[in-house]
Amino acid sequence: MTIPGTIGTGPVVDKDGNPLRSLNHVDSRADDPSARESTGTSDPLAPDVRRRGALLDHGWVRGALGTVVPLLVLLVWHVTTTSGLIPPYRLPSPQSVVLAAADLLERGDLLPYIHISTQRVLIGFAIGAVLGLVLGAVVGLSRLGDVLLTTTFSGLRAVPSLAWIPLLIIWLQYGEESKITLIAIGAFFPVYTTVASALRHVDPHLVEAGRAYGLRGAALLGRVQLPAATPAVVSGLRLALAQAWLFLVAAELLGASKGLGFLLTDSQNNGRVDRILLAIVLLAVLGKSTDALIGVAEKRLARRW
Amino acid sequence: MAITTPTAVRSHPAHPVSVRGVGRTFAPRSRGGHAHRVLTGVDLEIGAGEIVALIGASGCGKSTLLRQVSGLDAPSEGTIVIDDAPVAGVDPRCAVAFQEPRLLPWRTLAQNVALGLPRGTDRSAGDRRVHELLELVGLGQCTQYRPRQISGGMAQRTSLARALARNPGVLVLDEPFGALDALTRLKMQDLLLEVHAAEPATVLLVTHDVDEALYLADRVVLLGRPEGSGPYEPATVRTVLTVPGARPRDRGDAGLAHLRARLLDGLGVPSHHQSAQHA
Repeated sequence: MTIPGTIGTGPVVDKDGNPLRSLNHVDSRADDPSARESTGTSDPLAPDVRRRGALLDHGWVRGALGTVVPLLVLLVWHVTTTSGLIPPYRLPSPQSVVLAAADLLERGDLLPYIHISTQRVLIGFAIGAVLGLVLGAVVGLSRLGDVLLTTTFSGLRAVPSLAWIPLLIIWLQYGEESKITLIAIGAFFPVYTTVASALRHVDPHLVEAGRAYGLRGAALLGRVQLPAATPAVVSGLRLALAQAWLFLVAAELLGASKGLGFLLTDSQNNGRVDRILLAIVLLAVLGKSTDALIGVAEKRLARRW
Repeated sequence: MAITTPTAVRSHPAHPVSVRGVGRTFAPRSRGGHAHRVLTGVDLEIGAGEIVALIGASGCGKSTLLRQVSGLDAPSEGTIVIDDAPVAGVDPRCAVAFQEPRLLPWRTLAQNVALGLPRGTDRSAGDRRVHELLELVGLGQCTQYRPRQISGGMAQRTSLARALARNPGVLVLDEPFGALDALTRLKMQDLLLEVHAAEPATVLLVTHDVDEALYLADRVVLLGRPEGSGPYEPATVRTVLTVPGARPRDRGDAGLAHLRARLLDGLGVPSHHQSAQHA
């Protein structure tokens, strides 16, 4: 509707019905030749944007672009250290980190360290994730479980992770048990919280439809509730794995004789910055690799949902 | 839309439904709150293979009554008998289709329909039945699609096929076409009649649409509060109208105008119809 001289829902017009340019801000672009050029069908930008988008769809292009920043960092690191800008006792050159790796490999320390750390992470993650799934399901599905357990577990979750270490060391000594327990605690909470909330928030309409078709108990859980919660559960697992690596280093920093966390403290005591950097790079690579494994599983699932 | 003759085993013929003195009172939501009586003294006899439409204002307990018949909820008073046995819990003789399709998004249409198959159905017989039903609702080409890839009308047809997969003696439909656009709704009504001809179950249908009720049903049941009662009184059966004429009916049938007027008046909507003013 157009009303002469008033500002309504349509364009404001003069008494002859011609739009008043100054009052029609929304339409003013249509009269602007440059605006028309970029919004019309012969839009010169559109094909370019499309081409760039298509290029980014290729996996290898994205992979290659993803390495640009790390390579730049490596280059800057190389230049600043070899030029003497930063002294080697503060930041050793990339080459000396590689040499440190070769040296540790030769002594037969590096592979056992990687092995033991990965093993601790995977065992701790597995225990924590299974417990998280089971208890999360109990809390998410049963009202009694919710009432009984929620307060306790949110309280336990509020305890900072490092606070467990002295207790675990007294109870379980410096063996594998104390480290794996700490990692399991770290992996447990992300899984527990995501599973509990995902199951609690499964669309009640779908659950009722399942019930209407005679599904109850385990059948309802397996066919409706768990599948509906799966995407959330997978992202919980992913978070838990990242937490497991975090807790690994915490566990190994305090009282270990091998592993990447031990390499960190040991190197700190000996002033071996090259080995500290090596441990950090290895943790990044290992963490990223295990995360990628869950990422692949997640992508498979996402295709179904 | 092709109507295939059912080949697979149909263990459930159409069942009569008898609703006897059914009432439903919901417990108070908070301490000190009032119990909410929704339905009281509902009596209804539905013959085997009959199509009955339940109509009534919003919140009058239509869906509640359907939930009692399908066993998703239990009446506070009275009983519901399907065939010869009372309903106690979710009943395999009965299948429900909801207002929303409620398909499982991670399953294909065929897998969704298979959810409706009775427990212990032989795998290959089940597959055949699922394809036959998707064919019946005109989705024979879409069996491997996922719910998010199809339109609302197609999803609702899948939901109908899933209900039929249960070989129900009683098909309970809760505003099955309410969320669809007007044109799709008319097509779905014809589809339902075709399905009923092919798989003659007893159909109990809730609708808000007077024309839909008059087009589909043998009888239309008007639920509502008794005349002159307060706003918190429970609803019961107000009127039962028998709709004349064999299906498919003429959508523009002037002979149904007085029934439409009576129903609209019963729903509290002035129909501005001549006969209503005379009556």
